[in-house]
Amino acid sequence: MKARHKRLSIVIGGLGVLGLLTWLALNVFESNMMLFQSPSDVVAGKAPQGKSFRLGGLVEEGTLERENDGLTVHFIVTDKVESIPVTYTGILPDLFREGQGVVAQGKLENGVFTAHEVLAKHDEEYMSPEVADALKRAEEKPNGGSI
Amino acid sequence: MNIFTKAFWLQLSTPKNFYPIAGKLIPWFLISATLLAVIGLYYSFFVAPVDYQQGNSYRILFIHVPTAWMSMFIYVVMCIYAILGLVLKTRLSDWMALALAPTGAAMTFLALWTGSFWGKPTWGTYWIWDARLTSELILLFLYLGFISLNSAIDDPRRASRASALLALVGIINIPIIYFSVKWWNTLHQGMSVTVDKAPTMATSMFTAMMLLTFAFWLYTIAVALMRVRNIILERESQTAWVQDLVKGKN
Repeated sequence: MKARHKRLSIVIGGLGVLGLLTWLALNVFESNMMLFQSPSDVVAGKAPQGKSFRLGGLVEEGTLERENDGLTVHFIVTDKVESIPVTYTGILPDLFREGQGVVAQGKLENGVFTAHEVLAKHDEEYMSPEVADALKRAEEKPNGGSI
Repeated sequence: MNIFTKAFWLQLSTPKNFYPIAGKLIPWFLISATLLAVIGLYYSFFVAPVDYQQGNSYRILFIHVPTAWMSMFIYVVMCIYAILGLVLKTRLSDWMALALAPTGAAMTFLALWTGSFWGKPTWGTYWIWDARLTSELILLFLYLGFISLNSAIDDPRRASRASALLALVGIINIPIIYFSVKWWNTLHQGMSVTVDKAPTMATSMFTAMMLLTFAFWLYTIAVALMRVRNIILERESQTAWVQDLVKGKN
């Protein structure tokens, strides 16, 4: 075995071992790598009790209610399986919308999630408003509008 | 000259031969990078439409995505040179790795910075410790660590070997950055461009993004070649050909 072949196999072997160790470590710490808990996680009791955590999901359509002070809002976060009601006082980010993703930090008290920070999560789709309208129309008429 | 022979590559990899070739290539890379950047920026601002959700603020992705891609890509290329340096003991490979690192660090910084300024108007925060943002920040520290370690050791061969090992340990971070949005839940959105399906963005947006990606790529090659030429002069300063070059005999 030539010296450079030996060095190459040490490098490849080393990278293999390193990759394996990292994979094992990431598996052990998987729950720590998650930024937020879904409503299903919360219902399953995976969220910390009485401590602050992040709740993530979609703002359910038609559930956004604003109180008269103009700052306090109530809405429901859903993952389409389970839902958690959220209440928040403060300024919402521009992209906060019904039907869009949201990540809220706060505590769960008596089944209601009291958030002290609400962040909007947007998806990876980018298109012009015209295309978005056309897609929406096509969705409303599943037959493509033909009769 | 047959580029498929071992002799060709051995010839090319000597600092003395590589120095003038690199010098001739640099202007071409710079000119094409500038051209692509101008066309790409025109596409980004005048051809690509506004986004249906974000309006104009999404346009920062035309800088953010190319720099983020380059930050990962440069690291991989740097590691390939580091492996070549470790295995074949070719000094030029070590120097190429060293020449790429500052640009890699700059791309990482740009990706983090533009991402932060995109995050504020859309998500509502400049920073969050999710898996994507945190691993990209670690990438910046890896580049800075590589550069620092290289300059902290006086003997150039030991410096190259130590920093090459650091780079190789750090490469494990690259798949973590790339797949972080897939493996774990993050505030950062998923991938718009993947190998197995069409990009989830308008065609003109995709065109603008790719033009700027190639512009950044060519720019990276140009500045890395400039930097490696300086490293060659510095490390070879005692040799006859550099002495002649400096005295203007060539």
